[in-house]
Amino acid sequence: MLEFDSVAALCQAARQAGQTISQVALDSQAEQLERSAQELFRQMDKQLEVMCQSVRTGMDPALRSTSGLTGGDAAKMLSYSAAGGLSGSFLTGAMARALAVSEYNAAMGRIVAAPTAGSCGILPGTVVTMLEEGLCDRRAAVMALFTAGAIGMVIAQRASISGAQGGCQAECGSACAMAAAALVELRGGTPEQSAHACAMAIKNQLGLVCDPVAGLVEIPCIKRNVAGVSLAFTCADLALAGVESKIPVDECIDAMGQVGDSLPCALKETAQGGLAVTPTGLKLREQVFGTQP
Amino acid sequence: MNVFDIIGPVMIGPSSSHTAGAVRLGRVAWKILGERAVKANIQLSGSFAQTYRGHGTDKALIAGIMGMPTDDERIRHSLELARERGLEYHFTLCDIPNAHPNTARISLKGASGTSAVVQGASIGGGNILVTQINGMDVSFTGQYNTLLVLHYDKPGTIAAVTNFMAYSEVNIGNFRLSRPKKGGEAVMTIEVDGDVSDALISSLRILPNVINVVLIRAI
Repeated sequence: MLEFDSVAALCQAARQAGQTISQVALDSQAEQLERSAQELFRQMDKQLEVMCQSVRTGMDPALRSTSGLTGGDAAKMLSYSAAGGLSGSFLTGAMARALAVSEYNAAMGRIVAAPTAGSCGILPGTVVTMLEEGLCDRRAAVMALFTAGAIGMVIAQRASISGAQGGCQAECGSACAMAAAALVELRGGTPEQSAHACAMAIKNQLGLVCDPVAGLVEIPCIKRNVAGVSLAFTCADLALAGVESKIPVDECIDAMGQVGDSLPCALKETAQGGLAVTPTGLKLREQVFGTQP
Repeated sequence: MNVFDIIGPVMIGPSSSHTAGAVRLGRVAWKILGERAVKANIQLSGSFAQTYRGHGTDKALIAGIMGMPTDDERIRHSLELARERGLEYHFTLCDIPNAHPNTARISLKGASGTSAVVQGASIGGGNILVTQINGMDVSFTGQYNTLLVLHYDKPGTIAAVTNFMAYSEVNIGNFRLSRPKKGGEAVMTIEVDGDVSDALISSLRILPNVINVVLIRAI
């Protein structure tokens, strides 16, 4: 049974078994939870279905968050994406999906926390994109979520997946690293390439602070989900091209934990620093909640 | 921890503490009431009082009071649904001394005239801490399956309840009794390992001196 306390151990287990990270993770979880692999697969398939639904519903141009601060940007991105945009219709489509799910979350929609509600747009933005663009089949997409989940478990054990504990790097950073590893597997990369993609994703979001305007899961969280999606594709491509992270992935995760510990409280979900206390951030806060201490 | 803690849970946004936790608090109050609520007075304290509108905490609490689970799509429209179903609700902002920042006190009146008052806080990650039921001090978080047994303080009542649990091979992880007045209404808070069957709850309900038994399931 795997401990999920190091990505290196995950890769080694996969290599020894001659299987993917997703397969060894699924088998090990089935053993731990005393349930059959088929049962766990079906449950993960349901999570994927919720992701797909949240992508569709979140594209509604009339969608607005409860606070009224956000909504409708996914629809804008979707129509822009039809013409291709600067980075091509594949990536702009993925960005639209990330926006859709994150905006839907802010509008009290039904989402899969992956790993958290604040970072719920990144796995749909990547894995659902691969599925809907015909680059993988349903089974592979479900399995990719096991790879993502396995990486997330390692990060949760070695560092943190909570913004209040580790800043945004722990939420969107983790989701991006999980997605990057999953994308590599979906493209037929090796477990080691998944690990390099994961490491590069973490390295590029190290230090990202959690500074939500008015304490709401909206500004800047929604757009950080979009950036997480772009970065996940970037890091997956780097790894698939054979580019390696000079710092091993587990050391990157440990560095993230250390950086999270050294971040001041004001930058860990308390809305007391960063964008939350900019003049406009404070004005928006007043707009939503009135003039309260 | 397992893989569905990372890829999951399925929930209604935007935040586990301000929506999922609030739904659960509402649901606890509804379960303790034991019937459809027709009137809800909700006092909000601390940061709940200051920020409830932007987070949709009011909708979440009302949804819970109507019995919705934390991933119910109708939570977003719960205030309209409450009006349609004849649930009259009222929110007041207050300061409950020494309470956790995200605290709500929910007073419910049921269709047949019963009433229940529950006070609790949403303490993060969808977890809750219930601190008072009908004026009695309790303390449970909802991280474990929790049985609440409202009863009259009479000899043998606790033994009867725990004996039945022993027969059903349900292990008790934590037990707490709150009894404000000798011989009066009291509550057992029993956190258990594993699941509790409907059959066990039904048989506990018909024990002498037991008023109601409620199971609050872990997330």
